[in-house]
Amino acid sequence: MSVMFSWRRLLVWAATAAVMIVAPLVFTQGFAVSMLSQMGIAIIFALSYNMLLGQTGMLSFGHAVYFGLGAFFSAHALNAIGAGTFGWPVSLLPLIGGVAGLVFGVIFGYVTTKHSGTPFAMISLGIAEMVAACSLMFPSFFGGEGGISTDRVVGEAVMGITFGPSLQVYYLIAAWCFVCMIAMFALTQTPLGRMANAVRDNPERARFVGYNPTRVRFLMLSLAGFFAGIAGALEVINFELITAERLGTVASGNVLLMAFIGGIGHFYGPIIGAVLVTFLQSALSNYTQAWLLYFGLFFLVMILFAPGGIASLITLHKPVVQTRMLGRLALPYVAAAASAAVLMLGLVALVEMLYHIETKAEQVGTVMSLFGRQLDAATAQPWIVAAIILIAGGGLLAFVGRFVRSAWNDVTVAANQAKGA
Amino acid sequence: MAAALELKGVHKSFGKTAIINGVDLAIEKGERHAVIGPNGAGKSTLFNLISGRFPVTSGTISLNGQPITGLQPQQINHRGLARSFQITNIFPKLSVFENLRCAVMWSLGYKYSFWQRVGGLKDVRERADELVGMIGLQKRRDTLAGVLSYAEQRALEIGITIGGGADVILLDEPTAGMSNTETADAVALIRNVTVGKTLVMVEHDMSVVFGLADRISVLVYGQVIATGTPQEIRGNKAVQEAYLGAEVE
Repeated sequence: MSVMFSWRRLLVWAATAAVMIVAPLVFTQGFAVSMLSQMGIAIIFALSYNMLLGQTGMLSFGHAVYFGLGAFFSAHALNAIGAGTFGWPVSLLPLIGGVAGLVFGVIFGYVTTKHSGTPFAMISLGIAEMVAACSLMFPSFFGGEGGISTDRVVGEAVMGITFGPSLQVYYLIAAWCFVCMIAMFALTQTPLGRMANAVRDNPERARFVGYNPTRVRFLMLSLAGFFAGIAGALEVINFELITAERLGTVASGNVLLMAFIGGIGHFYGPIIGAVLVTFLQSALSNYTQAWLLYFGLFFLVMILFAPGGIASLITLHKPVVQTRMLGRLALPYVAAAASAAVLMLGLVALVEMLYHIETKAEQVGTVMSLFGRQLDAATAQPWIVAAIILIAGGGLLAFVGRFVRSAWNDVTVAANQAKGA
Repeated sequence: MAAALELKGVHKSFGKTAIINGVDLAIEKGERHAVIGPNGAGKSTLFNLISGRFPVTSGTISLNGQPITGLQPQQINHRGLARSFQITNIFPKLSVFENLRCAVMWSLGYKYSFWQRVGGLKDVRERADELVGMIGLQKRRDTLAGVLSYAEQRALEIGITIGGGADVILLDEPTAGMSNTETADAVALIRNVTVGKTLVMVEHDMSVVFGLADRISVLVYGQVIATGTPQEIRGNKAVQEAYLGAEVE
């Protein structure tokens, strides 16, 4: 039966809010607040992207256009606020970005949503390239290569809030993120949101129950542009700088990765993806130059082994948890994780040595430190050891994989029986 | 009184191939009308023209006296015509209930609303649940449509078609591929859900046609060669020669 009001859902939202409030108090390292802020922005952006891909079945390669244009309009608005020519509270700046995103969503959406599938994807790519080209042609608006810089500490402090300290900015982002999450979730529960799913599954049938698929796609893209614009404005507040690369195809590809890794089939998938990808990008890039390669490998492994994203893995384990059989998978999973760790140790060693020789050896010599050990990348021994570790890890994983599979089969069969009984 | 559905001089060509060659047809309100004819006669194409899936090459089509020639499928649907498909055409990743909910939302006036919670719309829920009951899928209400059995999907197809409350219903081979008992169930369902409505159906199963239809049109090579009551069609020489001869008696 349709539930008018769900306590369980309320509990999930309350827990989400609690996590967002407590997070910066738990993670107090210097970079943590900044990373959490970026996560909040990424969550809004990835969810807005999934309004297209996951909910309406539109693969866009140009969603950063709405994020970026929203950001540029907000940056100019913020500068006008600072100059005293525009009276508007900084905390509501995201509305400006949202309206800019919405307006461009309406304009570009009108052109692109007449098509679906591959033609839509290609046109979205074209629009992304076109807007990126425009950003070079109009340096007064886009600020050329340096971008538009701004200052968020403007106007009078309201109750002592200046948005100077990054913690205050985090809570502003968190509040907007929370509101946007709820709004985007609520949208999935409206007639338009339900018809978006119908259009994704079968646009032709949607026509014959009275809905114009073009109109549904147009409305969804316009609204997705609105939320992307909000994220863009928050980016401006967070970094006090916006450059044209944030509206380019690389940024558009990045949000696609977030949504895909998290799982486009579930509402919360892109949230997981946004958090994880933001974390990996800033954490990995702190440790290694080769982070983009690791990130690419991670994406590859995800697509190969969990094409539905992390959310689909969670869904897959739901019946196992409900029937209390997760324990039976613990040992195989730990063994698989250990083998994967061995494999990665070998792989990382090889990649890092290669990177060292290719990029650093000329300046600092071939001696490098890896996993706390000194080694000379010009000698054969570390390469042989790393290769042996890699092969051993691969062999172990292949061996353990069989046990994981058989344990999984046993558990799912048992879980189905328990449910049936 | 205007006919529920009227076709005048309708032609359709794909390139140089003429599929529909001047069809004139008038279907009265409340009538159950079957379109029969050999494979390739253009029956499905005729449905696609009436429902706006393809544009006509020439001729006019009117619904309850209003011209609908050249309109988009959703516009024709808004004017009170709904259709089913020969090849099952449902929303596979939505549940049975959600499929039917999509089918009823427009007619209840919610259109593209993004400010109302669909779960809170009592009329939508009640109408969709009523449809679930009508097509006999109560036990499958929350099952994904894509995993239903073939006969269940066909029933859902009919449920989606009638969901919007259209008064002219087009069913394209509703019993194709069904067993005898499934066919009997489907006929009972069609009879039940089209009470007080105008029904036009394409059907190959002659027992269904003669059991359900008030009148029958015979389409051969894109032309209606005869229209009449089942008795008249049975006795029509041209029909027997062109089509029925081998299959009846």
